[in-house]
Amino acid sequence: MEHEKLLDLKNISLSFGQDKILDRINLYVRDKEFVTLLGPSGCGKTTTLRIIGGFQTPDEGDVLFEGKRINDVPPYKRKVNTVFQRYALFPHLNVFDNVAFGLKVNKVPPAEIKQRVLKMLEVVDLKGFEKRRVTKLSGGQQQRVAIARALVNQPKVLLLDEPLGALDLKLRKEMQIELKRIQKQLGITFIYVTHDQEEALSMSDTIVVMKGGEIQQIGTPEDVYNEPKNAFVADFIGESNIFDAVMLKDCLVRFSGHEFACVDKGFDANQPVDIVIRPEDIELTAPEHSVLSGVVTSCIFKGVHYEMNVSCEGLDWMIHSTKGRAIGEQVGISFTPNDIHIMNKMFKGAQNEILGEIIAPNTLSMLGCELNVQTDLPEGTKVNVTIAPDAIEVVSPDQSHLIVWLESLIYKGRYNELIVYHMETDSEIILHSMLDEQVATNIGIRFDESRLILTAQEVESVEG
Amino acid sequence: MRSIGKKLYLACCFLFLYAPIAVLIVFSFNESKNRATFTGFTLKWYASLFQNELIMRSLFNTLIVAAAASIIATVLGTIAALGISGMRKRMRSAVMNITYLPVINPEIITGISMMLLFVFIKEIFHLELGFVTVLIAHITFCLPYVILNVLPKLRQMDVSLYEAALDLGCTPVSAFIKVVLPQIMPGIASGFLMSFTFSLDDFIITYFTSGSSFQTLPVTIYSMTRMKVNPQINALSTLMFVAVLVLLLLMNVRKKPKGVHA
Repeated sequence: MEHEKLLDLKNISLSFGQDKILDRINLYVRDKEFVTLLGPSGCGKTTTLRIIGGFQTPDEGDVLFEGKRINDVPPYKRKVNTVFQRYALFPHLNVFDNVAFGLKVNKVPPAEIKQRVLKMLEVVDLKGFEKRRVTKLSGGQQQRVAIARALVNQPKVLLLDEPLGALDLKLRKEMQIELKRIQKQLGITFIYVTHDQEEALSMSDTIVVMKGGEIQQIGTPEDVYNEPKNAFVADFIGESNIFDAVMLKDCLVRFSGHEFACVDKGFDANQPVDIVIRPEDIELTAPEHSVLSGVVTSCIFKGVHYEMNVSCEGLDWMIHSTKGRAIGEQVGISFTPNDIHIMNKMFKGAQNEILGEIIAPNTLSMLGCELNVQTDLPEGTKVNVTIAPDAIEVVSPDQSHLIVWLESLIYKGRYNELIVYHMETDSEIILHSMLDEQVATNIGIRFDESRLILTAQEVESVEG
Repeated sequence: MRSIGKKLYLACCFLFLYAPIAVLIVFSFNESKNRATFTGFTLKWYASLFQNELIMRSLFNTLIVAAAASIIATVLGTIAALGISGMRKRMRSAVMNITYLPVINPEIITGISMMLLFVFIKEIFHLELGFVTVLIAHITFCLPYVILNVLPKLRQMDVSLYEAALDLGCTPVSAFIKVVLPQIMPGIASGFLMSFTFSLDDFIITYFTSGSSFQTLPVTIYSMTRMKVNPQINALSTLMFVAVLVLLLLMNVRKKPKGVHA
């Protein structure tokens, strides 16, 4: 029965007005599992947690707990407890009364309350703190009280919303170990929300990577690190070299001007793909011993290893090695077929294909903006507009053609690949830029009007 | 030299503030009815004060109205504050402006408009000017003070406290009583005390809405001073001043130990 689904989210969607917060989330959690929802801010991870806790009702989809639908069950009737982001301890109560709160509400006999609270305070290492005021405790101690207050009710599932976010690094590391120990000791299912990939990797049994209200990948820490589903997951978890590539056939991929053997199969012939190679999997050799060679452009000592950048045939490689090289040194880059991981492209197609219309001579209307183009096409012609990713520029909003939402930005060794979303027309656009921009914000983009390729749509005869 | 100047200045301030009250207190013990000369010490005005049925009834009326108005205003105002704090920003600021208006509005206008309203609806509801109209009027002008005291406390409170209580098994009502109420209690208490004192000493609005049959202490004192000077008023005023002073001292004493802990 270990693989039974304790909690099951089916097709969960939620919008606030125009904003789609969650888009068809499917996720199940097994008993005694440590599941982490991982993603950048605004990815919907906290909202997912609030849906499980009962503080938010999904627009669509079902929340099943032990097989029963609990969409409409209020929080106080659910067998889950939450550790809130800023602890939410009751300031008017002391440590004991905070921890005892849930038990008192549920009318547990006083003698049992006392025994359970004291035991739980011992578990979280706060023995002797019963009479202290919670406002007088340090951040780490408040954190422990919050955990004890939730756990003392013996919930089936404990929800933790970035519980270590407010602590400093050293304390955070200690609490990570502590939390994992408590979870093992009490045998409770943990659902943990964080944006810290290291925290997720070191604590979880299962990691759920989210972006823009959608689940990108579900897997063990090893899975999501070694076999990321797409460039976003590869980029978000750990350091990585992500490059554009073409899958020539099974186990053969072409990038950086050369063909390399790999171990992935099942892609179409000549399918454009993304590849990831982790910096620690790369070995530096003598230039003559390797297909790829380049020049070391930077070398930074990171404690455990050196982080080096090597410029090789126009691509910028990141390499981790315990041996540093001098800047300017010629080196060979070497890796095994196993180290190349092939991923489907997040954006379908290499170019943007957008519908537009010629609304006046040399004027194209597209995505709700008007562009000046050189064309012989008459007014009223519907056109397909093909735009290369490098024919779009990121500009300040007052000079832009369009204001768009930046969904993802991934460094591809030569440029940043940006995927942006235009809400009014519900379209995604891919572009290349040398600039770094903050993801999950609005940016302005401008089209290079001389590089738009227009093709008139074939007029479909209505009469047949 | 400078410190003497400072002390002198402070003394002048206090003299300016408290001289009238000092005179009042001294003359409440004056043997003679004459307000200009002090002829000897007596407590007879205090004795006769408690035999003055008009004053005693007015005092009773005042206390009843103040207690009822402040309790009702506190309950209504707290509920209103809860609603307002849950509003969206634009709606909230609109409602807050409407709430502020009666506070800034000259009392005489509030008083007259209330009187007009009560006279206007008299026929419909068979409402005579008296206890009920005074009570309604007092609740009305107390309400903003409660809202203005409770709302900041609600806004300061972390919303997740309420959610945490729900999470730990409280129903919405018991979460409010066990967690939200203790957080906003200082605001509720000060809103109540402000309402009580404002109701206690209100003259203008009460004057317009009380009619002839129902009088509160300020109205009675006013009508007594119009007819003839009665030293009983000095005695009454002295007692009221002492009562307020004691109340103030009690509040400060009660607050101190809490302040040390929090």
